[in-house]
Amino acid sequence: MQQSLKKSNHQLADTLIQLEVLNQATQQGSQFPAFTQKLRGLNLFPLKPTHLDIFQVNVGKMCNQVCKHCHVDAGPDRKEIMTRATMQQCLTAIAASSVRTVDITGGAPEMNPDFRWFVEEISKLGREIIVRCNLTIIVANKKYHDLPAFYKTHNVHVISSLPYFSAMRTDAQRGQGVFEDSIKALKMLNAVGYGQEGSDLILDLVYNPSGAFLPARQAGLELEFKKKLKAGFGVDFNNLFAITNLPISRFLDYLIQSNNYETYMEKLVMAFNPAAAANVMCRNTLSVGWDGYLYDCDFNQMLELKVSPSAPQHISAFNEAALNNRNIVLNQHCYGCTAGAGSSCGGTTA
Amino acid sequence: MEKTYYNPQDLKKFGNISEFSPGLAEKFFSYYGEVFAEGELTAREKSLIALAVAHTVQCPYCIDAYTVDSLEKGSTEGQMMEAIHVAAAIRGGASLVHGVQMMNKVKEIVM
Repeated sequence: MQQSLKKSNHQLADTLIQLEVLNQATQQGSQFPAFTQKLRGLNLFPLKPTHLDIFQVNVGKMCNQVCKHCHVDAGPDRKEIMTRATMQQCLTAIAASSVRTVDITGGAPEMNPDFRWFVEEISKLGREIIVRCNLTIIVANKKYHDLPAFYKTHNVHVISSLPYFSAMRTDAQRGQGVFEDSIKALKMLNAVGYGQEGSDLILDLVYNPSGAFLPARQAGLELEFKKKLKAGFGVDFNNLFAITNLPISRFLDYLIQSNNYETYMEKLVMAFNPAAAANVMCRNTLSVGWDGYLYDCDFNQMLELKVSPSAPQHISAFNEAALNNRNIVLNQHCYGCTAGAGSSCGGTTA
Repeated sequence: MEKTYYNPQDLKKFGNISEFSPGLAEKFFSYYGEVFAEGELTAREKSLIALAVAHTVQCPYCIDAYTVDSLEKGSTEGQMMEAIHVAAAIRGGASLVHGVQMMNKVKEIVM
């Protein structure tokens, strides 16, 4: 199995080098316009939060898959895992906040030994729970086979990546056999009521391009996915979110290795959409790292760009008012969220 | 003189054709934009037609552009290759159907 960038001592495992690449001149010697300048032109700089709605918790970088585009650089060789003590700090913060949704991500969040306890405790707080489930974890080991029932018990909103309705593109991005296992897992979720008409158990899928191009129109893709997954495999789901790949971590490595980096950045910059800029997810989201540090989004987290120093840096010092007054930290990768129809963990934004 | 006739960097300079004839370029690009908008055919279908035609007119710029565009419109590799086969079939068929003319001529002059 492929190793993470970190495990293989790849230079891009150093986030400072990633930021250096994102800010360097092109081969022609020109510079991509600064993302902050684009926002300045729209009177959106400094970018401020609108309100805190989504509390996204990354409970660890350990994963059973090693996807080629993973912005977390997750994999079986990543050992960073959120402790129960940090989860407790998250629960204290959530209970005292206006947060409506707790969005649990990873890695494969289910591999955290305290995952189920965390979900049960959030459930007691009466907030919507999203789990970003990679699907294959459900069939990876017998101890995970009951996950669909567990999700159902806590009315978890399941969001799962499935880059395409074919094995060729899915396996190319997520690993050999992932498509087949994903279909098995989707059927298990369907069997307990997820994605079924009349059921309130929501199963959403995430599409992201398998390469250096932008996603197709979300609505059209959703129809196509529904048609193909139903006809080919008897699988149902609720919504499809089209997400743009951000040029960081392993996808940045792919872009550089395949000589697509500049063309892709140029594409993102040219497709800058002011409507998407106004609706970026960092304005209503707070991202918590496995060690409790706070970030404006999961991408900033992976670039180790903590929230502005004017705001609390760690979940133990959570203060909603102070966080709502922070300036959101921006860099060139942010173009990924404002290109075309916009992109967020909940799909298009414009 | 360029080392090659086709430079991939030239594709993004397409708009520069307005430099020598702004009025005609403006008309062309306005028409072009409208042609590819959603209509009776979807934008995705139009992109696949463009991809097939690009192979028929053998325009490297168009092949690059409409390969990316087809992917970004949600087409699969299989659909894209089928579109090219449609172009190839018409192209091949166009040669072969002239075989009838050849046969006509043969029958005209051969005992």
